[in-house]
Amino acid sequence: MRHEVRFSGYGGQGIILSAVILGRAAALYDGKYAVQTQVYGPEARGGASMGQVVIDDEPILYPEVAEPDIFVIMSQQGFEKYGVLAREDAVMLLDSDLVRSRPACRCCEIPATAEAKGTLGREIVANIVMMGALVTATGVVSREAIERAVLDSVPRGTEELNLKALKRGFELGERACNL
Amino acid sequence: MSRVEFMQGNTACAEGALTAGCRFFGGYPITPSTEIAETMARKLPKAGGVFISMEDELASIAAVIGAAWTGARAMTATSGPGFSLMMENIGYAAMTETPCVIVNIQRGGPSTGQPTRAAQGDMLQCRFGSHGDYSTIAITPNSVQEMFDLTAKAFDLADRFRVPTFLMADEIVGHMRERVTIPDAVEVTRPGPLAEGSLPFEAGDDGIPGFAPFGSGRSVHVTGLTHDERGYPDTTDPEAHDRLVRRLVAKVESARREIADYEVVNPDAETVFVTYGPPSRTVQQVMRDRRDDSIGHLRLRVVWPFPEFALQEFGNAQVFLMPELNMGQMVREVQRHVDQPVVSIPKIGGELQTPAELVQVLEAHR
Repeated sequence: MRHEVRFSGYGGQGIILSAVILGRAAALYDGKYAVQTQVYGPEARGGASMGQVVIDDEPILYPEVAEPDIFVIMSQQGFEKYGVLAREDAVMLLDSDLVRSRPACRCCEIPATAEAKGTLGREIVANIVMMGALVTATGVVSREAIERAVLDSVPRGTEELNLKALKRGFELGERACNL
Repeated sequence: MSRVEFMQGNTACAEGALTAGCRFFGGYPITPSTEIAETMARKLPKAGGVFISMEDELASIAAVIGAAWTGARAMTATSGPGFSLMMENIGYAAMTETPCVIVNIQRGGPSTGQPTRAAQGDMLQCRFGSHGDYSTIAITPNSVQEMFDLTAKAFDLADRFRVPTFLMADEIVGHMRERVTIPDAVEVTRPGPLAEGSLPFEAGDDGIPGFAPFGSGRSVHVTGLTHDERGYPDTTDPEAHDRLVRRLVAKVESARREIADYEVVNPDAETVFVTYGPPSRTVQQVMRDRRDDSIGHLRLRVVWPFPEFALQEFGNAQVFLMPELNMGQMVREVQRHVDQPVVSIPKIGGELQTPAELVQVLEAHR
């Protein structure tokens, strides 16, 4: 089944990296097909950033995202620009401290940035917390695959912190999405 | 052995070049091709090669030509504005029969246009952009895997035919990430050596002279002026010019079948899409969604020299439909080779034709 996942937030949160990690998990470790694209513009740190991934069991032909069924939104501006038109049967995970609006579709509120700053001690892993919650909420890739893809993608010396963030995301996902 | 990666198209292009033995990159970074230069800058020195960040694109292509004449596999990568600046020396490369690879990650033009958006607007420029008569080879990938495979292939074609060879990609395949299999090695054909007793620009039946790069021990004079088989200028004799330029064109055009690389799906179809690059993926999507054998698809991986014989494989074709990310460029080439109507499906602005857009045109023409 074709899934279209869209990540949005502000430049510097690791939004594009999140999309790359998810694509990597699907394409390299779950035996699926994935195409990752991004809005590639003059946006700088702080501006609205957007990355997306198509995941499918069969080869992906048309590579663009038409109507995402899964959203991960990490800023109010990101919601307004890339999340507000979400279709009704979509699932949206949002960083509850950074996004004020709520969508019409099913929504999981994840306090990822607060959790990263507080419990984990490093705000920078908020995107990995969201990634964990995403995997729990949607099952779009397996936990094993996302773990391996995260480990591939993070700087040496930060593996433990990132795995902790991911696992915290798994738990928060279960709670927020009433699983 | 090979490795599997989840990689961006531009990175895969650089990997393809390295695996094919490219050991020189001269370039001037430009969006959306920059990741190719970045990857080459990081990896070429470790592979014993040379990366030079040149002062502009005129110098970039000149450096590539110079490096090729030392026997190195050499390349540059650019986008529209830089491609335009390279035109004069691309003609020089054609005239001097210099094997080299020029990657164009096409973006919206004219001028600086849309730096971060995809286009296929330089398809005629890569064929006719420099002055005078000449022929070149142009290749169009539609996936990250093909960014690797066809870059490697471009080096082979450049060497075999001693022509500047273009990888005409675009922002879509340049920036998307997909799974790609990277072999440890690819088959490499180097130019045939200059035989003892042969003159440096003396060719046999295939029209391709043996190659004696500088340092190979042979004396070679290289000039952009019309030259004789020795390489010495002969600029006023009509016959010398006729002989040289006809050979430069014929060595590529007479090998069209050998160079051709295309896919034919449903050759009995009456309605036939003709594509190259990313619009081919929208057509493939439409065909898979509809499971309709009455739609045919000719996908070109090599667009120049144009393989007009591929069109003849669709014996029942009533109409050809041609989606391109420009206002209709290669469609002219199709139109002049077939009697059936050829419908252009142009799109500019940076986005790929959607399946729904193609279905609409499809329904209107059957």
